[in-house]
Amino acid sequence: MKDYLKYLIAGLFFGFVLVKSEVISWFRIQEMFRFDAFHMYGIIGLAVIVAMGSIEVIQKLNLTDFNGNKITISSKDSSQVTRYLLGGVLFGFGWALTGACPGPLFTLAGAGYGIIVVPIASAMVGTWVYGLLRPKLPH
Amino acid sequence: MTELLQQPWPWYVSGPLIGLVVPLLLLIGSKQFGVSSNLRHACAACMPGRVEFFQYDWKENGLWNLVFIGGTVLGGFLAGWYLNNPEPIDLSQQTVTELQALGITDFKGMMPDGLFSWQNLADPSGIIVLIVGGFFVGFGARYAGGCTSGHAISGLANLQLASLLAVIGFFIGGLIITHFVYPLIL
Repeated sequence: MKDYLKYLIAGLFFGFVLVKSEVISWFRIQEMFRFDAFHMYGIIGLAVIVAMGSIEVIQKLNLTDFNGNKITISSKDSSQVTRYLLGGVLFGFGWALTGACPGPLFTLAGAGYGIIVVPIASAMVGTWVYGLLRPKLPH
Repeated sequence: MTELLQQPWPWYVSGPLIGLVVPLLLLIGSKQFGVSSNLRHACAACMPGRVEFFQYDWKENGLWNLVFIGGTVLGGFLAGWYLNNPEPIDLSQQTVTELQALGITDFKGMMPDGLFSWQNLADPSGIIVLIVGGFFVGFGARYAGGCTSGHAISGLANLQLASLLAVIGFFIGGLIITHFVYPLIL
């Protein structure tokens, strides 16, 4: 169990920042999709830059993780196009409707927005239906 | 100090902190940041059925991530309940005006109370936003192979073309809902 405490703390940090950055807000997501403020673009843009720089440092210095294992980052299969575009559009529908992507859904539950268990439950159903239809969907 | 923790943090502080989750997970356990996989792990754990997509060792692959998401709930509680910012979000006036024109009047908290309420589940707008919206989050994230964390942050940071395509998709979808669907259902 001790092995997992570090992930709990990492998650706590992430959830805390999600609230304080207001990215869990339906209003902020609306502001983003209306191009009315820089807020969300600044957050995502800087998050990407910091993550990119960190990956660069980790790879240049050949850093190992806390257990001494080599850190490897797997690539995504970029030969598929349909699934990313079409799946992305469907996810975008959900993001704009609920005003939350998966991380914020769970953070909002913690912040006391009880109603959010409804989209969490239907997100699980959506995941399950994808699993069922997966062999028939174009990827 | 309490005041600093209660206030919202500006984008140039919170953005880099979110970005640091990527190296943090790599360093503490060689794990890749991606939240929506947890929905798959939860399905595999609770209701795998006979669906092949859910036949794998979810504890081995995903327990760390489920614990991570548990931490996210705790972080939400600490920051959003215990250290809640009582002020309305400082939104752009343009957004406020446009949302008011759609009939949104309550700008307190993280979401409009009227739209996000149990009573509203009896209304088409509530069904579309809460139930259909949630379904698309889950279905779309797995179809696209990731969500905002896995594609827009980890994937773009690792220069993945797949992630760029997914993020373009996210925006096409979000713009359609915002500019064509919300005017019809709100």
